[in-house]
Amino acid sequence: MTSTNSTRQTTIESDPSVPTITIVRDFDAPPERVFRAWVDPELFARWIGPRSIDTRIDHWDARTGGSWRYAAVRDGQQIAAFYGSFHEVRPFERLVQTFTYTDVPDGVSLETMTFTDLGGGRTRTVALSVVESLEIRDMILASGMDTGVIEGYQKLDELLASS
Amino acid sequence: MTQDTLSRAFAALADPTRRDIVARLAVSDATVGELAAPYRISLQAVSKHLRVLADAGLVTQTRRAQRRPCHLDAEVFDLMTAWIERYRRQAEERYRRLDAVLAEMDEAGHPDPHTPSTHEQGAAS
Repeated sequence: MTSTNSTRQTTIESDPSVPTITIVRDFDAPPERVFRAWVDPELFARWIGPRSIDTRIDHWDARTGGSWRYAAVRDGQQIAAFYGSFHEVRPFERLVQTFTYTDVPDGVSLETMTFTDLGGGRTRTVALSVVESLEIRDMILASGMDTGVIEGYQKLDELLASS
Repeated sequence: MTQDTLSRAFAALADPTRRDIVARLAVSDATVGELAAPYRISLQAVSKHLRVLADAGLVTQTRRAQRRPCHLDAEVFDLMTAWIERYRRQAEERYRRLDAVLAEMDEAGHPDPHTPSTHEQGAAS
């Protein structure tokens, strides 16, 4: 099942038969810069979470064999924490990480990001997540239902207003 | 409730034979016999697949008609699309924040990204 929208660039693919989620997105920046926004903890913390949530980086060693841990904080209260390893950090090309949400300690996904130079200062990113089962994949997809919509439109309004 | 419907729909479509059946019903309604014809499986096996699809709300079977044709219910597919669209929109919002960060990096002229990034507790704000 694929969802696309001509006015937006993000594409999601969720195969009914394998527990994966693939997100494809192009950026108006060269691979060096996009990659850096992914591996630099301060830059990463600025975009990974919704506006209402602060991202607190507790540990970050973005090297092959390194690890990471961060928490989502709302109004000074930690509401979620995540950790994993940097399986491979191949500058500007490929980033492979494991991802675990601490409330579901037995769950782990494998996240493979590829950065493709489109030329002209543009980059295509493909984020492939592999989880343990179709049920878990569907739960992850369903988790997008509640949050993000209202807040997303607010941010969109602001973006449109400022451009 | 919506989530249950969707979980069942995704689970039902995890089977290649059932996806084939859905593809055929997308063209036109068909009886169990017509659906079974291209497969080397029994009518009972096809009926079993149809039951899974029906439980997921993907297929309905007209009970009163003599031929009892199976019919694809498009509503659940719309629901699945809407569901993924919400997730997609959330990913898009995240990437729009990244767009903004990338634009600022350009102006700020950040240092060489070759330097490995190490960060320990307490250093982030």
